[in-house]
Amino acid sequence: MSASANQGLRALADRWLPKLVLSPTLAASLIFVYGFIAWTGWLSFTESRLMPRFEWAGFVQYQALFENERWWTAAANLGIFGSLFIVCCLVVGLLMAILLDQKIRAEGALRTIYLYPMALSFIVTGTAWKWMLNPDMGLQKVMNDLGFANFTFDWLVNPDMSIYTVVIAGVWQSSGFVMALFLAGLRGIDDSIIKAAQVDGASLPTIYRRILIPSLRPVFFSVLLILSHIAIKSFDLVMALTGGGPGNSSDVPAIFMYQFAFTRGQLGQGAASAMMMLFTIVAVLVPLMYMETRSAKRV
Amino acid sequence: MFKNLTVGRALVYAALLLVAIYYLLPLYVMLTTSFKSLDDIRNGNMLALPQAWEGGAWVKAWAEACTGVECGGMKGFFWNSVKMTVPAVLISTLLGAVNGYVVSMWRFKGSDALFTMLLVGCFIPFQVVLLPMAQLLGMMGIANTTTGLVLVHVVYGTAFTTLFFRNFYITVPDELVKAARIDGAGFWTIFGRILLPISGPIFVVCVIWQFTQIWNDFLFGVVFAAGESQPITVALNNLVNTSTGVKEYNVDMAAAIIAALPTLFVYMVAGRYFVRGLTAGAVKG
Repeated sequence: MSASANQGLRALADRWLPKLVLSPTLAASLIFVYGFIAWTGWLSFTESRLMPRFEWAGFVQYQALFENERWWTAAANLGIFGSLFIVCCLVVGLLMAILLDQKIRAEGALRTIYLYPMALSFIVTGTAWKWMLNPDMGLQKVMNDLGFANFTFDWLVNPDMSIYTVVIAGVWQSSGFVMALFLAGLRGIDDSIIKAAQVDGASLPTIYRRILIPSLRPVFFSVLLILSHIAIKSFDLVMALTGGGPGNSSDVPAIFMYQFAFTRGQLGQGAASAMMMLFTIVAVLVPLMYMETRSAKRV
Repeated sequence: MFKNLTVGRALVYAALLLVAIYYLLPLYVMLTTSFKSLDDIRNGNMLALPQAWEGGAWVKAWAEACTGVECGGMKGFFWNSVKMTVPAVLISTLLGAVNGYVVSMWRFKGSDALFTMLLVGCFIPFQVVLLPMAQLLGMMGIANTTTGLVLVHVVYGTAFTTLFFRNFYITVPDELVKAARIDGAGFWTIFGRILLPISGPIFVVCVIWQFTQIWNDFLFGVVFAAGESQPITVALNNLVNTSTGVKEYNVDMAAAIIAALPTLFVYMVAGRYFVRGLTAGAVKG
């Protein structure tokens, strides 16, 4: 083969190989992400129960969903859990990052301790906290043994409080991660700005309040994005900790979807609730991403 | 300055130490509980050390505990998780490497749009694909098998791994690749000779991230693998939430630690990369 033909072949390969390499993943994405969303969306407009049926039935599934009290319990729980989880993680994470930023000895060891829960499965976290919050032998007993005879802690079995136990365990698992992101953000800020402010006589709290925390804006948006994503999808933690109970008191949309679709044989309801979860994610993430790109452009 | 205020410094350290105790407490309680006898658990205090250290709960959790109808302990499910995680991590990482190479170094018309299209896969709640996936796995005859789970994890993990490698390769100067092309190096030669040798760190980050995600997954496991092929997270949940007979908290805790050990081990050995993976995953937003 001549040198030029060889070169032509190479040029041809260079033109097509990249597309060829990328195509399996693209095809998979088209089928397994976009196609499957369309499939679920279609299913949510049918009267499917045990078996999928494909005749158009309008909004019956959504109507049934919105008339289902359990769905509203799940949605309200997501609101309570989501907002508390996000606020607590942000506050605890930011506070810890600021404290760790004070030229602390053994910073590495402390960071390791704060972050190890992220390596655990939510099922493990749920199992551990379920045992510790156990009203008979857990925290309550520890406090009673310490002399607080009237101390009661029955949130795990109290329908009014069970969702808050999920917040406790969730914050324990995720706040270290938020700390790591904020700490990385703080370390990324140009030292000269801080030095200049110090020369101007600004106190440390002022420097944090007026300069450092405002410049964490982009990090703040990423954290918000990740936390709301975790909150909306939360499933395993609730399953392991309360199983959605007592009764349905700590139900969340992900558990609702799982049970209707896979244990009760109500495919249409499962599909409709899954679509509602997708809409929620889009409704939360799209404005956040928009704000994030805008704030990133400005900085 | 703050750093000269000794009282202030002491307060900072006290606060940090207190938080550290809060984070370590569950691990401590899990460990001590797993070594206690049931009597010790019932009569003693959750925070106390075991009166006598006993390993019985560990043996039971590993080989005898009942997860539903079966009573073979965590052993079999641990290996299920290994058999699921190892191939899924390897395949999704390799795919992500070549995909990331294409979308960063071989951009063509529309490649950015295609990459964005791929990224959407990182954001969707997986509930929205569960029903059709269950149907498809059933049709392919791999419902309730480890093979099915590997497929699912590869399919939905590749969006993340592509992002990891793309964000890494985008920092490599273009000139390197251009010069190599002028010298006559082709697609695979450039990848193998120039990019792979510098990709060590990102491979570690990506493998650790995928390993943690897939090992810890519960949703796909509980939906797509029932009975014998279920991964350890599902088995653990079954063990803890089966309410037959006496609740053996020591066995529960030992089983939970067994389920957590592989990812904890990876975190201890390669924590630096673990953190980098988390932050890289976060950049994606």
